Amino acid sequence: MAELHLPITLPTLFEDLPRQLDIEAATVNEAFDRLEERWPGIRDRLVVPGPALRPHINVFVDREQAGLETALADGSRVDVIAAISGG
Amino acid sequence: MRTVLLVGTRKGCFVMESDGDRRDWSMRGPYCDGWPIYHAVHDAESGSIYAAAASEWHGSGVWRSSDLGESWKLSSEGLSYDDTGQKLSKISGLTAAHGRVLAGAENAGVFESRDGAATWSLLSTLEGQPGRPDWNDPANQPPGHLGLPAMLPHPDDPARLWAVVQGVGIFETTDDGASWTPRNRGLRADWPRPHDEIGFCVHKLVMSPVDHDRLYQQNHCGMHRSDDGGRSWTEITEGLPTDFGFAAAAHPHDRDTFYVIPLDPGHGRCMPDGHASVWRTRDAGSSWQRLDEGLPQQNAHLGVLREGMAIDSLDTPGLYFGTSTGQVFASADEGDSWSEIASYLPAISSVEVAVLDG
Repeated sequence: MAELHLPITLPTLFEDLPRQLDIEAATVNEAFDRLEERWPGIRDRLVVPGPALRPHINVFVDREQAGLETALADGSRVDVIAAISGG
Repeated sequence: MRTVLLVGTRKGCFVMESDGDRRDWSMRGPYCDGWPIYHAVHDAESGSIYAAAASEWHGSGVWRSSDLGESWKLSSEGLSYDDTGQKLSKISGLTAAHGRVLAGAENAGVFESRDGAATWSLLSTLEGQPGRPDWNDPANQPPGHLGLPAMLPHPDDPARLWAVVQGVGIFETTDDGASWTPRNRGLRADWPRPHDEIGFCVHKLVMSPVDHDRLYQQNHCGMHRSDDGGRSWTEITEGLPTDFGFAAAAHPHDRDTFYVIPLDPGHGRCMPDGHASVWRTRDAGSSWQRLDEGLPQQNAHLGVLREGMAIDSLDTPGLYFGTSTGQVFASADEGDSWSEIASYLPAISSVEVAVLDG
């Protein structure tokens, strides 16, 4: 089970989506698939066709920059970070 | 009677309301979670509001509200060029007619939704038009890129509509997007064009509600009028302070009355001389009248974008425009006099108006 942390910009878009949740997945991509099953549409907010992470979305697994194929271990911490941009 | 203004801004959608007098206005918002809104429209058939949005973080989508903005949902389901390999970077323009919603996209394409903007499907990318393979070439794209920001549906014929492609021109379909015809004859362009029929920079296209063959457009190069549904165009710039601008509006009851907001064509793209003005013709562009009573007349360097002006359908129509610096100005007397009804909004991308019973 991985511990997933989401940016503040997502829970307002999807009913009952928490900022932090535990998820059973072997990769980051699979974790997003699990989210999509529960909150349809959320994958589009994180991933572009390809698939690839959206340009201003970063993922860190256990504090290391990660991609969609990065493997998750039991107890991994996954941080989804919206880039510090805008004004 | 309720008069409802939908104001799309860089930081969400706002809803302003008044009665038929259009003197006192209330405001609600920001809605759409503060996402940048490019164009918010009201669908008279369903009563819903739709707002085209693009978040730098979370991509493009269309927000929808069936209760005049009290609650909203976002969807981008189907808003993708998955099958073609093209990138969809922005949904720019929306229009609702004949039981569906149309969305114009960048790269250039038209999507449709028949379930109130919950799901979308690709209607057309205008393949086969002159120069089409070059439209998505980054080397050919000016700042702002070449999207499809606007569609103009024919009020009576669901299969007929006009689409505007930035830097390319107007295209008409009479078979719901199966085929298209360039409609740019008579337009002016101040740059070389590799194809005779395209290469025109159409900023805003509007139709007279009382004569569907009467079209007006604000072009990068001048104001133009068509009396034959876009088959030919006549320039009507003479009498205006500049030939450049974005916003335009057609009078709801008089085919010859039309409004524009001329801007300086350079980098500033603000109203000339810091003097806020809307310009009106009552004779189809033979002459123009400056309308500025109640508008700031010095040090007012205001910009108004493509969808930034709207006109309502009341007997004495009201006119509204929103600025790149967050002001909304309104006129309840066809533009003769104006008042500022919002002063401190985020940069405004779009203003649309709906008149509702009750």
